Amino acid sequence: MSMRDALLAAGFVFGGAVCALSAEAPKLGIPISPADVAAWDISVFPDGRGLPPGNGTARQGRALFDAQCARCHGAGGRGGTAEELAGSTSPLNGPDPDKTIGTYWPYATTVFDMTRRSMPMHAPGSLSNDEAYAVTAYLLFANKIIAEDFEINRESLPLVKMPNRDGFDRIDAP
Amino acid sequence: MRETFSTDDLQPAAGGGLLHRRVLLKAGLILASAGAAQPALAAAGKKPAVESDLAHPSWTREPGQPFTNYGLPSKHEAAVMRSVGANHDVPGNGVSWTPLESLEGILTPAGLHFERHHNGVPAIDPAQHRLVIHGLVKQPLMFTVESLLRYPMTSHLIFVECGGNSNAGWHQEPIQRPVGSFHGLVSCSEWTGVPLSILLDEAGLDPKALWAVAEGADAMLMNVSIPVEKLMKDCIVALYQNGERIRPENGYPLRLIAPGWEGVLNVKWLRRIQLTDQPVMARNETAKYTELLPSGRSRMFTFVVDAKSLLTSPSCGQSLSGPSVYELKGLAWSGRGRIAMVEVSADGGASWTRAQLQDPVLPRCFTRFRAAWKWDGQPAVLKSRATDETGYVQPERAALVAERGRHGYFHYNAIVSWGVDAEGKVSHVYA
Ligand code: HEC
Repeated sequence: MSMRDALLAAGFVFGGAVCALSAEAPKLGIPISPADVAAWDISVFPDGRGLPPGNGTARQGRALFDAQCARCHGAGGRGGTAEELAGSTSPLNGPDPDKTIGTYWPYATTVFDMTRRSMPMHAPGSLSNDEAYAVTAYLLFANKIIAEDFEINRESLPLVKMPNRDGFDRIDAP
Repeated sequence: MRETFSTDDLQPAAGGGLLHRRVLLKAGLILASAGAAQPALAAAGKKPAVESDLAHPSWTREPGQPFTNYGLPSKHEAAVMRSVGANHDVPGNGVSWTPLESLEGILTPAGLHFERHHNGVPAIDPAQHRLVIHGLVKQPLMFTVESLLRYPMTSHLIFVECGGNSNAGWHQEPIQRPVGSFHGLVSCSEWTGVPLSILLDEAGLDPKALWAVAEGADAMLMNVSIPVEKLMKDCIVALYQNGERIRPENGYPLRLIAPGWEGVLNVKWLRRIQLTDQPVMARNETAKYTELLPSGRSRMFTFVVDAKSLLTSPSCGQSLSGPSVYELKGLAWSGRGRIAMVEVSADGGASWTRAQLQDPVLPRCFTRFRAAWKWDGQPAVLKSRATDETGYVQPERAALVAERGRHGYFHYNAIVSWGVDAEGKVSHVYA
């Protein structure tokens, strides 16, 4: 038995003067209810699991993008002090490939997730779900993936097929 | 007294003046110095230009400073610092590099550990920080930091390397920067914490849980997916770095440590682990940390850090003070296990000899290597090449570029070449 196994088997609890011997490792995790988990869980999966209610179109998202995103990502998402998000002209297999949401990103759900989770950089988490849907729609429209009036919501977003969806090979994971 | 060289020792072990590694045990080696044309003072035994009473300096004749509660480096070492590359619109977005050229041994001081932040260092109050484990588990659990401190702990002496480290290597022209500001998004520490398997067992894994999404409590809420198999095998929820609580910029109070896997998986400020049946396809495993190949297809989930080595001395920007016998020294590491061998070349890779590996040689940890080189004053190209215990050999740059193209950005691990000119100046070259 290794030292670690021995320590674990003995169930040492370090802290204070206590060195309790029990059959297992200490169980100090506090059970939480599904309702409490919901407050933490903001993950959005490619199949749409985790998407909140709400909706938006590119037409609604354009003004928001201009006001809140363009100062770093450039007009129309063409790039600035932060990444270019749209407007690629050179293909991925060319000499000077241009990676944008439209040419590179495999899942549309990631656009919503990244926007709601982290953007805008100076006020992360400040967008409402409707705003995040609208700006997502705008970015998909700017990349010529959806029409300007196409409504993006929890049902329609996972169905948007990104051009590079099948462009990835998994190396160290199944 | 140490032995000095015999004529036998100066017989080359490989082209360009490389000597057998036994020479290292003998006296007389000198080191390249940083900056332009500084004479190798100590080695040459010369006196400094300004004469003072070296036998009775002032600090032996007056009481020294009293105690300090937390020590800092000497003010004379103030130039040894991380160099920072940040977005000027978002000052907390960018990196800082470990000054590899200024450090010895294998451990990186915590204050010099490289940083990659997406939106700054969060000011976390540990009393208000929680780790939530949920998803495909029998019982979702929440842990306080204080409770995690009471679990059995384990330690790993390991490197953490950003997947984007050394990315200037893909550039068309060799970048001229100190080795740390080019390859310094890698650092090595002792990380101590709770084996994640204990916490996952406590929550009770559902057999369908094949992946987990780990999330940090920074302003990016940085998240990434990681296979459960790895979490159960050797990941820890680290609380300590080099014996003290983790520094804020390195993940205080909790950091996921995934030994040997690329930096982004070692989620700082860890606050949530969600067990799932599939990866979440976060931005940092799709748009970033994937590698575009010339075919237009991309490599995804390139978790393992392949073997790599580089010479820290001499290295780019340093200079040699004239023909002499020099110590070559550097670092090697592999995410697959131990470094088995490091070879060095002084003739651009035409011939190689083995460097001395300095103990300890640990899996997924920096390994320090040294070699002896007699420089005759002619232009030379120095290289090092690592082989790990799986037999993986660090590739030449031309081979890596032939396989991956130049637009993959991440996971650049090619052999690093330093050119030495007739004046002894060292620069980065592709050779
Ligand atoms: C203050 C500057 C700033 C503002 C404003 C900003 N961003 Fe960003 N954004 C950034 C930076 C910097 C990054 C790169 C983050 C990193 O390094 O991880 C980024 C990354 C992104 C990405 C990922 C790009 C990629 O290729 O990986 C998306 C998508 C994005 N931003 C969307 C938005 C949207 C939508 C808004 C407006 C709601 C916005 N950003 C506002 C600075 C900004």
